[in-house]
Amino acid sequence: MSEKTLTRMDLSEAVFREVGLSRNESSDLVESILKNLSDALVKGDTVKISSFGTFSVRSKTARVGRNPKTGEEVPITPRRVLSFRPSHLMKDRVNSGNAR
Amino acid sequence: MIKSELIQKIAEENPHLFQRDVELIVSTVFDEIIEAMAQGNRVELRGFGAFSVKKRDARVGRNPRTGASVDVDAKYVPFFKTGKLLRDRLNNE
Repeated sequence: MSEKTLTRMDLSEAVFREVGLSRNESSDLVESILKNLSDALVKGDTVKISSFGTFSVRSKTARVGRNPKTGEEVPITPRRVLSFRPSHLMKDRVNSGNAR
Repeated sequence: MIKSELIQKIAEENPHLFQRDVELIVSTVFDEIIEAMAQGNRVELRGFGAFSVKKRDARVGRNPRTGASVDVDAKYVPFFKTGKLLRDRLNNE
């Protein structure tokens, strides 16, 4: 399997192909989708995209970590992390597509 | 926020586009990401995050209720890693 990395450019190219807007406008729209997703998450919203998946923000409490190299204890401050739960459709497509 | 609310926002920001075009644009973006991963590719969206595929090896699992062992096949699962900018924004704003 030859693994490729797609970027924003490939997503705008898909929008350009499917919708027939200019390349510039297609790339602005991709950017705007990502910005709206990010802004909602930063506000603490859960973002649920049906047949894609759910992004949710979880709060983690402070804990004591350890520098694995030196063994030294370091405090880890409370933080918010993003988790993504793929939809069944995504899981099925990804598994069947790669199992071949 | 759900998909229809995202579509609504994009439609408001782009009053010159038809609603059905905005719906198509939003679905195209998400479908393209799934399609890429289904082909074993990675999608890297700087500042937001990266979608990739991880292989989970076959293993012997257990039915937690009965304790019976069951063979779990190897599988490929979607994985998302949050981008640095978004991770920072989640904690600095």
